[in-house]
Amino acid sequence: MGLLSKKDTALITDPLTDNNPITIQVLGICSALAITAELKASLVMGIAVLFVLGVGNVVISLMRNIIPSKIRIIVQLIVVASLVIIVDQVLKAFAYELSKTLSVFVGLIITNCIIMGRFEAFALGNGPWRSFLDGIGNALGYAVILIIVGFFRELLGSGTLFGIPVLGDSIEKTGVYAFGYENNGFMLMPPMALIVVGIIIWVQRSRNKALIED
Amino acid sequence: MGLKQNLHKFKEKNKNKKWIPAFNAIHTFLYLPNEITHNGTHIKVADDLKRTMNTVIMAMIPCLIFGMFNAGYQHHLALGDIQAVAGSFFSSEFWTMDNFLVGFWKIVPLIIVSYGVGLGIEFIFAIIKGHEVEEGYLVTGMLVPLIVPIDIPLWMLAVAVIFGVVIGKEVFGGTGMNILNPALTIRAFLFFAYPTWMSGDKVWVHGAVERDQMIAAGENLDAVSGETILGVLAQGKEVTHSVSEMFLGFIPGSVGETSTLLILLGGLFLIFSKIGSWRIMLSSVLGAIAMGLIFNGVVDSGWITESSKFYGLMSTPFWHHLIIGGFAFGTVFMATDPVTASQTTKGKWIYGFLVGFISIMIRVFNPAYPEGVMLAILLMNVFAPTIDHYVVQGNVKRRLKRVKVKTA
Repeated sequence: MGLLSKKDTALITDPLTDNNPITIQVLGICSALAITAELKASLVMGIAVLFVLGVGNVVISLMRNIIPSKIRIIVQLIVVASLVIIVDQVLKAFAYELSKTLSVFVGLIITNCIIMGRFEAFALGNGPWRSFLDGIGNALGYAVILIIVGFFRELLGSGTLFGIPVLGDSIEKTGVYAFGYENNGFMLMPPMALIVVGIIIWVQRSRNKALIED
Repeated sequence: MGLKQNLHKFKEKNKNKKWIPAFNAIHTFLYLPNEITHNGTHIKVADDLKRTMNTVIMAMIPCLIFGMFNAGYQHHLALGDIQAVAGSFFSSEFWTMDNFLVGFWKIVPLIIVSYGVGLGIEFIFAIIKGHEVEEGYLVTGMLVPLIVPIDIPLWMLAVAVIFGVVIGKEVFGGTGMNILNPALTIRAFLFFAYPTWMSGDKVWVHGAVERDQMIAAGENLDAVSGETILGVLAQGKEVTHSVSEMFLGFIPGSVGETSTLLILLGGLFLIFSKIGSWRIMLSSVLGAIAMGLIFNGVVDSGWITESSKFYGLMSTPFWHHLIIGGFAFGTVFMATDPVTASQTTKGKWIYGFLVGFISIMIRVFNPAYPEGVMLAILLMNVFAPTIDHYVVQGNVKRRLKRVKVKTA
């Protein structure tokens, strides 16, 4: 890529794998457990965080030299809160049903540790372009895990993907249900999201020995 | 040269191969290994891990055999083929070949699936990790078929066993390292994943679900049902089984947990062979009695009236709780699991008492989860290390004090 230098590319690709905010830094677990029962909700949540973190990082980065460090947390909160309200209003206007599913968790993006973490750790010390890339990278890393977890939970828990039945009809007993297959109700419960995230962490660490701390 | 020498030779030759733990497992199952330990002082006792496990399995065999007869008995009773035995343990109506075979053909597949899948995973993990296959699954594999409803689909059991062994045990480092009892992890998984197959009034009697589907398909048949005693009480209905039937085990329930009498015999066997901890069993019974008495007291003093949804289970005489549901089985065979229970003597008393106390509490207050024993034991499994920690710290403090008094 000519557009991005090697260092800039790493800003986007690192959080996807070896420095993933969920599986390595274990941040933003709350929403990852709560809303991943459906793939659609996971995807929208990922996009929402992508917007908030991408724009927020740029805003904070632009203001980084004029924010008095004593009140920087308040300033950061105001920036996130305004962005989250935008997301919330857009969702309510164009995807009302979905915004009801996500309910309070859109608002709780404000408290998502990943966002404040990136503001503090990156945007306050780097230029807007690099901050933007960092925000996009981390939000993508978050979204990827959400989508993987959402995929397995919706597929095994409800037998659907994006609400479309892919395993057959569970009431009419078609598809795999004809052979006696049944949906796994445990998959729809938050504890199972924790276990799925745990399995992802397990797989990731067994593939990359450098991540094993001991 | 016999087979034995050949196997030893074979083992020597392939010592560094990846699959050798799998071979060793079968080898040590057949023959005593011919190698000895190389350094240090060792005391050889007959009670190795395998012997311990086998003792527990032997204690469960009566429950298993009874479970087979009971499965057939409940099946025929529900279909109206035979009369109730009315609480006589040696009734010829119960111990028939016909009853036995119905149960046999339903339960043996459960055992095969449980052992096949569970040991398969143990083998795979042993090969990946490069250590010897552990005996840990022997008891779990026998417990699992005994604590599931008879009509559970085999693939569900297989999925649950995979989950229980991998997430419940292997991720923590295998046998002896697990926090939760694997058999109960398997049951809890089934319970939350497939609730329609783990509760309700159909699953406990073989054939009831099938009959339901036939009726739904338009056939003119009587519905078959077999609610467990706990289920009946939770709904506030009248219990039709007599106390002796509950104690002897002629009631619907999971495969091996109905007969309190045989569980009691198994428990005594475990106590006398010093495998199971009598402290945990006794204190857990005490805990259950304590909670039962509290509930009975609440009902007697009139705080809870018949209009309350808790009335059915709360007004049950406290000692009934000991013989209905899985309480006896859980206390004797699962709460005493040496890996997941408390290790200290005082800790065992606390742990056992809370198991009994909480299981009756869950039973009464949460009719959606009528089997409180499972959840209570799992909960206390989590707290067992904490209890031990405080018992040990308490000891340390007391002794320090004694030392100070002497020196002062």
